Amino acid sequence: MAYLFDSPDQRRKMLDAIGVSDINELFRQIPAEVQLQRELRLAPPCSELALQQEMELTLGAPPGPVPACFLGGGVYDHFIPAVVDELTGRGEFYTAYTPYQPEASQGTLQAFYEFQSLICQLTGMEVSNASLYEGGTAVSEAVFMAMRVNDRHGKVVILGSVHPEYQQVVRTYLAELRTEVVVVPAKNGVVDPADVAAVVDSETCAVVMQQPNFFGCLEDIQSMTDLAHKAGALAVLSFDAISPGILRKPGDYGVDIAVAEGQPLGTPLQFGGPLLGVFTCRNEFVRKMPGRLIGRTKDKNGKDCFVLNLQAREQHIRRDKATSNICTNQGLIALRATVFLAVVGRLGLQQMAELCHEKARYAAEKLTQIPGVTLRFSQPFFREFVLSTPEPAADVLSKLAAAGINAGPSLARVFGGTVSTAANTFGISDQDQCFLVACTEKRTRQEIDTFAAELRRILQS
Amino acid sequence: MRNTTATRLLFEMSHPGRGTQIFPESDVPAAGSHIPPIPATMKADAPPALPEVAEPDIVRHFVNLSTLNMSVDSHFYPLGSCTMKYNPKRHERLARLHQAANSHPYQPESQIQGLLKVLFELQGMLAEISGLPAVSLHPAAGAQGELTALLTAAAWYRHKGEDRRRVLFPASAHGTNPASAALAGFECVQLSAGTGGFVDLDELKKEVDARTAVFMITNPNTLGLFEKDIRKISEILHDAGGLVYIDGANMNAILGKTRPGDFGGDMMHYNVHKTFTGPHGAGGPGAGPIAVRDFLADFLPSPIVTHDPSRDWYSLTTPKHSIGQVRTFFGNVGILLRGYFYIRTLGGKGLREASENAVMNANYLLSQLKDVLEVPHGDRCMHEFVASAKNLKTRTGVTAMDIAKRLLDYGYHAPTVYFPLVVEEAMMMEPTETESLETLDAFAQVIRNICQEPPELVRSAPHSTPVSRPDEVTAARKPVLCWSDCKS
Amino acid sequence: MNPASLRFTETHEWVSAEGNTATIGISDFAVHLLTDIVYMSLPKVGKVVRKGESIGEIESVKAVSDLYAPVDGEIIEVNSELADQQVLLSESPFEKGWIAKIRMTNPTQAEGLMNYDAYKAHCSSSGH
Repeated sequence: MAYLFDSPDQRRKMLDAIGVSDINELFRQIPAEVQLQRELRLAPPCSELALQQEMELTLGAPPGPVPACFLGGGVYDHFIPAVVDELTGRGEFYTAYTPYQPEASQGTLQAFYEFQSLICQLTGMEVSNASLYEGGTAVSEAVFMAMRVNDRHGKVVILGSVHPEYQQVVRTYLAELRTEVVVVPAKNGVVDPADVAAVVDSETCAVVMQQPNFFGCLEDIQSMTDLAHKAGALAVLSFDAISPGILRKPGDYGVDIAVAEGQPLGTPLQFGGPLLGVFTCRNEFVRKMPGRLIGRTKDKNGKDCFVLNLQAREQHIRRDKATSNICTNQGLIALRATVFLAVVGRLGLQQMAELCHEKARYAAEKLTQIPGVTLRFSQPFFREFVLSTPEPAADVLSKLAAAGINAGPSLARVFGGTVSTAANTFGISDQDQCFLVACTEKRTRQEIDTFAAELRRILQS
Repeated sequence: MRNTTATRLLFEMSHPGRGTQIFPESDVPAAGSHIPPIPATMKADAPPALPEVAEPDIVRHFVNLSTLNMSVDSHFYPLGSCTMKYNPKRHERLARLHQAANSHPYQPESQIQGLLKVLFELQGMLAEISGLPAVSLHPAAGAQGELTALLTAAAWYRHKGEDRRRVLFPASAHGTNPASAALAGFECVQLSAGTGGFVDLDELKKEVDARTAVFMITNPNTLGLFEKDIRKISEILHDAGGLVYIDGANMNAILGKTRPGDFGGDMMHYNVHKTFTGPHGAGGPGAGPIAVRDFLADFLPSPIVTHDPSRDWYSLTTPKHSIGQVRTFFGNVGILLRGYFYIRTLGGKGLREASENAVMNANYLLSQLKDVLEVPHGDRCMHEFVASAKNLKTRTGVTAMDIAKRLLDYGYHAPTVYFPLVVEEAMMMEPTETESLETLDAFAQVIRNICQEPPELVRSAPHSTPVSRPDEVTAARKPVLCWSDCKS
Repeated sequence: MNPASLRFTETHEWVSAEGNTATIGISDFAVHLLTDIVYMSLPKVGKVVRKGESIGEIESVKAVSDLYAPVDGEIIEVNSELADQQVLLSESPFEKGWIAKIRMTNPTQAEGLMNYDAYKAHCSSSGH
């Protein structure tokens, strides 16, 4: 069942034309001693119906109501308008490949050009590429790009409030290079700009920040951007893709590179992948950028059209001197974001961001009415916050999950646990009692009230 | 029949006040001021100036855009090295099942045991298909798989106290190989093209020494040939204490016929979107899982799915000396699952048949074209071959690119042109197994026709596509990369 | 400038030496090979360079070539008009298309380079 057209007479015809008696003769190019002499040991072939039935049992929703998702930490349970699935489900989009032949790919090319245009509006930045893998690698690529721009390779300064998995990705990418990664601790949920000033020097390629940060809190991005610039380093900002609906855009702060995890823009969670790396920068750095770029131009008859532009930066031409090893973009996910931003529009994005924010504030108020439960940090937040409870977070979260409420992750899980081995630079003694709570526009008052009631019950029992 | 009104830019279609109600009014009361409010200095003056377009216009816009594309669903797409095979519709529906689509990466393990079970099984399948026992599903794409494997090797060498900084690859290598090696901090050493399209063993011996970390090789190579001396190549590397990396881009040629682990590879990546037909998505997302030898297992990136048979429990774990993460979260699960569905559908026998038919189709197409176009590396290939328009160019001035463009007029996507770099006027063709004899015959006939057409007709092609050849020089000199650029 | 009065490297840079100042550019032959040049990354003024070191990049649509320093010295001036007008490289490779001036630490280096005839022979023998 390999979706073949194979029939004995046609096979014979083809083999005769090739000049061999059977297919195995074609494989004589493979030395006999390395040919596999048995069938691969895999489960037997499976019909469509049988696989559908089996997978519905294995991958379907577990019995009972679906838990309400208050999980945060970089990807969120957002609503996806029906047009996103309908339009991106068209085979003309999702079974095409990288638009190497512009004349036969104007649909994809225009869509990506519109993606770049929408992202420029969203961020207030001058240029966007056609996307990278996801938010963490986008941060890494930003660090490498900063090195190319200012030719500084000694040090990169990362705020301790940047997503710990992003920090980890940067460390892994830099593991074999001599660049030092300096992490500035976030003492009260945010980083003190003076602590950044103390470590940024003439060897520093970039200062990497996140807004809102991993704890949900709002950082003083302006001060840190200014002091990065004063030291000749680039200001790199990872931002929440929904936040420009109500918060200042990255471009408003004058940062040099702004990146984001684009999943909230119309892509389901899928256990964390595929996601969407948003990558934008100042125009002056465009030729140092990683990833695909779509440009508008004219065809030879003077008609407007779109092409893969500035390809000479890329691996298939520059090889070891390329601006990145990345081959493609996240085409289909970028298309989802394009349709999403189009259908949500200017006012829809604002309303979505307001709903996330208001619900998060309401949740924070309700939850902190429970004795012993507090906001761990007294900073303003956008859509998620760190809650502190008297009991260990791991226990609380598993009891909440059993009661139909998914919250978290616990800070211990992401800063010290199995998911990330990033240095625990956040260093508060009670991190075992802290966890994240995030709200999207999808969370209802009833779900938040249930969350509060269940948490109260769990802590009292 | 084209609707050019609908394919204006979204920004040009925008009209103030248009839009669609997607979200309801808030159902929660405003929280008190003891919950810290956002200071005015951090608030936006106005929301981003996204276009305001009505939903019916949006639908018509994207539906019309989609018709400007060639795709596997609509056209034969013999793009060499990319394995543009049929993307089964059943995968799309299965990938929308609840745990597959809606699981949050920080969700409790107890709620995603089914998903973890499937991912665990996929790790085992990829180990069996590669003959390499340890698998990480983590990398986001093939290129990231390369980088991940190189970092894994570097960590292993460091653990052993060895300092090896050189990565070797043949001239026919994909551009990602040197790009990944350079990104990982290695020194890149490119070998010459070799004779007959194969690695030159003498040159390899000369270059491999105690500084050599990894030799990266695509097998079958980018000329569509199986490296006949692959065992000797591996021995040369292993004798010098180095590792062999197999770029798995061409796995579609050898499924169930031979395995990288059996021919001396120590590490490899899969391109799930190629070999296991996750759709290409107009340029991603892909997935680039890697498989490695047992001694490298402890250095793989985290997380890995493990199974405790005593409790029948699946969990995420970090290998002992893990290099850490190369991306956020587990991996491109949505794509990995499509690969799993494909492998489950085909089984061992089906995978072997897929490769057999891919190789048969490629050889058949080669047999039909070798009299029209030169095929510099012989009349046998694996799943793809590289033809050359060099003679035609000398005779008529028609280049590989011209033929590629003219094919579009006949309703065929072009082959990969000008790669690999070691063949002049290269046209790399990979028909895949999911094409019929009728399609291959019709395609071959069209190429024959094109070679007979008046050269000026071919050189000015395409003539029937929505646009003709773009002015790439102006595009690159004065890049216009977003809508606001053309306003000014 | 008459190319016969210039010196050339195997990597297609030309040098015009006056005292200890070398004006450098790339040859008409190299410009022709690169076809349509779309971007030029100029050397940095003040940078101390060694002969053979990459000091800039010349980009066409489908290729990028390095510009190598033909002599040791310090970059003292660059032709900033090239940033917007790459066409100067093809229209006037030996005059208006000059790329940089280098204060040579060792002026005899320039004299050791090929003359135009030897360079032309080099180009035709290297199969182009």
